[in-house]
Amino acid sequence: MTGPVLSHPVFASIQGAIEFIFTPQTSNVTGGKTVGGIDQVIELALTQLELTALAMAAALIVALPIGLYLGHRGTGELFAIAMGNLGRAIPELALIAFMAALIGVGVLNLTIALAVLGVPPILANSFVGIHQVDRASVDAARGIGMSEFEILRKVEIPLAIPTIFAGIRGAAVAIVATATIAPIAGVLTLGDFIINQNVYGDNGVLAGAILVALLALVIEFSLAGLQRRLTSKGLRLKAT
Amino acid sequence: MASLGALPLAAVGEVGKGFIHERTSETLPCQATSKFFCWDWAKEHLISRYETPTFQHLELVVISVAVGFVVAFALALLAHRYRWLQPPLLAGTGVLFTIPSVAFFFLLLPFTGRGRDTAIIALTAYTLQIIYRNTIIGLANVPSSVKDAARGMGLTERQTLWKVELPLALPEIFAGLQIATVSTVAIATLAAFAHGGGLGEPILREGISFKTNLIIAGGIAFLIAVSCGLLLYAIQRFLTPWRRAAAV
Repeated sequence: MTGPVLSHPVFASIQGAIEFIFTPQTSNVTGGKTVGGIDQVIELALTQLELTALAMAAALIVALPIGLYLGHRGTGELFAIAMGNLGRAIPELALIAFMAALIGVGVLNLTIALAVLGVPPILANSFVGIHQVDRASVDAARGIGMSEFEILRKVEIPLAIPTIFAGIRGAAVAIVATATIAPIAGVLTLGDFIINQNVYGDNGVLAGAILVALLALVIEFSLAGLQRRLTSKGLRLKAT
Repeated sequence: MASLGALPLAAVGEVGKGFIHERTSETLPCQATSKFFCWDWAKEHLISRYETPTFQHLELVVISVAVGFVVAFALALLAHRYRWLQPPLLAGTGVLFTIPSVAFFFLLLPFTGRGRDTAIIALTAYTLQIIYRNTIIGLANVPSSVKDAARGMGLTERQTLWKVELPLALPEIFAGLQIATVSTVAIATLAAFAHGGGLGEPILREGISFKTNLIIAGGIAFLIAVSCGLLLYAIQRFLTPWRRAAAV
């Protein structure tokens, strides 16, 4: 497949991939097995979404309270920053494979492995976001009689939303991307089309790549939209 | 084998405290046991099995980050000069950043097929957003009083950029380079799916049941990532001595 970009084979493979997405076909690779089609696509996409949502929920439950608490207290900066930096260095493939080998395959175990990827960015960013809030605003809030929890909820979190959300979006992108390779740990996601070329053929591989890219973009854009809605009006005006 | 028997115990004593060692399985090849880590196997195969993947991995990362840096830095300079370019460039690099690497490799399938070049293109695309955004932020953070002073001293636009703005933006630019490098080292393990080589290759070849292999390959990738991060941090400190003075 060398040749110029707009050559015929490229269009043929894109067409093949789109056909694979919408109509079930007999695999010419495994001989006789029916693969592809919109039903299988939806099934695998839902699994990947479910896995991503579960892992995000787990990561948020663990990381957000710790990050917010440390940021509010202003302690543990080294811990939060080191977490963020070390988390980035974790090789995804090795992590998934290793967790599967250690605690077994299946949705629950994979959720734990994926959550491990989500914790560092959420923790580091919620810490930094809260920590960066102007101390004068916090003092003013304390001065008008807000409790520490109210300060966090009504002053610090609204001001830190952009930074906190950057962490959440980073985590979501990493988790949905890694959920693509979930089939190596026994959970069939859209990545199965990509990884098991010997079952789905090259049409399936390209179809899987297109679907995974779309799924990640949909998640990213939804979170960006959610962030805009959660950002207070005053901050939105300042940004423009 | 009798003489080798003492070796794993000595080594295990340091690190492997608490692990149960199945001495009965010692005669089996490591792949066939459920051992957490086989020191014998590791010692015997560390160089022969992992040297090539490690160098391939480094090659993937160095080329991707270098090309990514050149492109993203040029785009950032352009967008700094022509402000209207900033929103579309941020969105464009954002889309490239969001597309999962595994998907990106195979989106390129009709164009470049499988192999190292495909992996490098996808990894390069991934680094653009991080480096671009940090360079823009760094340039935006330069105080306008400093730029005024530069103009007052008679510096041209170009001189102001290269002698004043860019040096002051170095910490942010390096932070971007660091994040991009460390993440690329981690993500390059996925290049193996596209037959791009690297440290993911032994993992895919041996499967998930061979833990020793997973630990060595993953461990090397993790160590490379951490060392690259520390190295770039050290270079940044060296290049911006005024920040050190201010911090004291």
